[in-house]
Amino acid sequence: MSLRRDRAALALSFALPIAFFSIFAAIFGGQHNSTSKINVLLVDEDRSSTSQNLARGLQREGSLVLLTRPASKDKSAPLPEYTAATAEAAVKAGDAPVALIIPHGFGEHPFNFGGDTNLPTLQLLNDSSDIIAPQMVAGLLQEAAMTTMGPAMAEAGMKQFEEYNGGFYTPAQRKQIESSLNQWRQHQNDETASGTGVGTGGGLIAVHSRSVVGQSKKNPMISFYAAGIGVMFLLFTASGAAGALLDEADSGTLDRILSSRVTMTTLLAGKLTYNTLLAFTQLTVMFLWAWAVFKLDLFTHIPGFLIMGLSTAFAVAAFGMLLASLCHTRAQLGSLSTILILIMSSIGGSMFPRYFMPEAIQKAGLFTLNAWAIDGFTKVFWRDLPVRELWPQVCVLLAAGVVLFAIARRVARRWEFS
Amino acid sequence: MNVQLSPGDSAQAATLPLEIDSLVKRFGTLTALEAVSLSLSAGECLGLLGPNGAGKSTLIRSIVGRVLPDEGRVAVFGAAASTPEARAALGWVPQELALYPRLSCKENLTAFGRYHGLSGVGLAESVAWCLEWAALTDRAGDLARDLSGGMKRRLNMAAGIIHRPRVVLMDEPTVGVDPQSRNRIFEMIEALRGSGAAIIYTTHYMEEAERLCDRIAIIDHGRIIAQGSSEELVLAAFAHRSQVLARFDGASGDLSAWVERHHGQLVEGVAEFTIERSNQIAALLDDAAQAGLELVDVTLRRPNLESVFLHLTGRELRD
Repeated sequence: MSLRRDRAALALSFALPIAFFSIFAAIFGGQHNSTSKINVLLVDEDRSSTSQNLARGLQREGSLVLLTRPASKDKSAPLPEYTAATAEAAVKAGDAPVALIIPHGFGEHPFNFGGDTNLPTLQLLNDSSDIIAPQMVAGLLQEAAMTTMGPAMAEAGMKQFEEYNGGFYTPAQRKQIESSLNQWRQHQNDETASGTGVGTGGGLIAVHSRSVVGQSKKNPMISFYAAGIGVMFLLFTASGAAGALLDEADSGTLDRILSSRVTMTTLLAGKLTYNTLLAFTQLTVMFLWAWAVFKLDLFTHIPGFLIMGLSTAFAVAAFGMLLASLCHTRAQLGSLSTILILIMSSIGGSMFPRYFMPEAIQKAGLFTLNAWAIDGFTKVFWRDLPVRELWPQVCVLLAAGVVLFAIARRVARRWEFS
Repeated sequence: MNVQLSPGDSAQAATLPLEIDSLVKRFGTLTALEAVSLSLSAGECLGLLGPNGAGKSTLIRSIVGRVLPDEGRVAVFGAAASTPEARAALGWVPQELALYPRLSCKENLTAFGRYHGLSGVGLAESVAWCLEWAALTDRAGDLARDLSGGMKRRLNMAAGIIHRPRVVLMDEPTVGVDPQSRNRIFEMIEALRGSGAAIIYTTHYMEEAERLCDRIAIIDHGRIIAQGSSEELVLAAFAHRSQVLARFDGASGDLSAWVERHHGQLVEGVAEFTIERSNQIAALLDDAAQAGLELVDVTLRRPNLESVFLHLTGRELRD
C-alpha cells in the first residue's frame, strides 16, 4: 500500500524498465540478423572478367555493402571512384572498416598455388580496432572466389600440375580440357550475371543453408531483451521493496509488529510473497508491452511465461530480502544493491548476450539469477521448447530463492531481540 | 466513552495481570535493570517515574518480549512474556511513533489489527471503536504523515490497543504533545482505566503520574527505589514536613554557608529546606538577615514527587 501511495516510486517501478527495454529493443530488435552489414571499399585496378566476377560475387553477399566511390550529396554528379590511395585514406578517416584492392594482373594469375611472391596479391586494408570486419571479409572473399572463379581455379591448378609433372597432357587432351573449361567459364558467367548459384552453394562443394531456429520470428532479439532487462529491473524493484523492512526497523514499527502475534518468519514470508507478486506483475507488464509494441509472440507461450515468470520473481524477491537483511540503512541497501545488480546483470547476460563473452565469463554468469532466467525465457520464446525442458532453470531459480530466503531469515535474527 | 476489553478467561481472572520478579538486564557493562520487582492489579494504573535513561523503556520492552532479560521472570496473567498468550493480553504504545506514514489512520489500525489476529467484522468494529476512542473518526481517511503531532500520538495509542488488551503498556505517550492534545490523551487513558484495563504508564512528568496513576514506582539507574501512591511516597520521604524555598540577593559564598548551616540544599540559586513546623520559617529568615542575605522571595509548599525523587537520588527528575 505504501508503494501505491508513492506515485513516483510506483511510476519508476513500471515505467523505467519499460523505457530501458524499449531502447534496447529499438536498437537491437529490428534486425533480422544479429550482425550488421560491413561497408567494404572496392578498388578494381585489374578490370578483368575475373576481377569483375569476383566483385559481383562479393556484391551478392548479404552481409557486405560494396562501395566503389564515395557517397555524393548530388546524385547527378557522382564522385570519382576510389583509388588505392583514396581508399586507404578513407579507411584511415573511419569512412569504412575495410578496403579491398584488386591489383593489375590479378586476372592473369588469380590463384597462387606455388606461393610465388611476385604474383599480384589482393590487398585488404583495415582498421585494426575492428577485429571482426577484416576476418569476415577475408572469409567471404574466399567463398566468392570458390563460387565465381571455379574455371580459373581449375585452369590454374592444371597448369601447376603440368609444370610440376613434366606436362604429360597430349594435344588432344589439352584441347578437351580447354573446351571443358570454356564451357564452364560460360556457365559461370551466366550464373554470375543472373545471380544464381553464387553464395547459395553453387560452388565446388554443394551447400544448402537452412535456418532451424527463429525462421518465423519477426524480431529475434525482443524476447531476449524483454527477459534480460526485465530481470535486471526486477532485481532493483525487489531490493527496493525489501527495504521497507529497514524503514520499519527505523520507525519502530517492526518492534510493534514483533510484539504482536506475528513472528519474524511469518513477517518475512509475507513480505516475500508480496514482493514475488510485485515482481511478477512488473514482468507481466513488460512482456505485455513487448507484445503490444514490438510484436512479441506472448500468448502462444503463456504456460512457459507463467512458469518462468513466477520462478524468476520468487528468486529475485528472495534476493532482495537477503540484501535488506544484510544492510542497516536504506543508503547501504541502495549502494550494495546497485553494485551487485549491475555486476550480475553484466555477466549474467542482461545487457549483452552471454554467448559473445569469453568462456570464463559465461561460466561466471551461471552464478547469477539473470543467466538462468534469460536462458529459460529464451527456451520459451526463441527456441519454442516445451515446458518440461525448463526444469533446470526452474529448479535452480526456486532452489536459489529458498536458500536466499533461509539466509535472510537467519540474518534477520538481529532484529528479533535486544 | 465506554471501553470494552477482550473478555479473557477464568484463569486470567484469578492471576495478576502482570508480575515481574527480580528482573535483570545488562547491555555489556551497563546494567539497565537491576532486580526489578513489580506487580500490577486489574484496573490499576501504575506509574513508572524516572529520568531519561533510568530504565523505563527497557523494562517495558522486557515485558512485551522485545528484550530478553538475563535474570528474573515476567508473567502476564501467569504466562511468560513473549508467549502467544502473553502477547494476546498485552498492548504496547511505544515511545516512537510506530506508524506507517503513507497509510491512512484507518489503514494503519487495520494493519495492526491484522497483526494481532483480528479479521472480518471484528476487525472493522475494533477499527471503528479505536478511531472513536482516539477522536480520529473524522480523520480516518487522512494519511498518518499528514496528522498533527497530537493526532499522531493518539493514533499511535489506538494502534497499541486495537485488539483490546487487558494489560496496556504506555511508554511516555505524551512526548512532544501540546497541552490540549495531552488533555485529550489523559481522557483516553482514563476511559481505558475505567474499563478495567491494567496500565503501566511511564513518564518523567510528575504531574502526569499524579493525575493518572493509582500507584507510582520511582526508577533510577535501573532500580525501583520507591513504590506507592503519591501520598505514600511523600509521607515516606518527608512525613509531615514541608519545604521552604527562598531566593536571596547577596554573595553566593555567604548563601552557601548559610544553607549548609541549616541542612538545606541550593538548587539553581534557590535555597530549599525541609521543616517540621511552619514556625521554623521565622528562625530561618532571621538568621539569613543576620548573615547579611537580602530575601527576594519565599515559598512554603508540600513536597511532591519531584521532591521525593530529589530526596532519594540527589538529582532532579527532569534533566
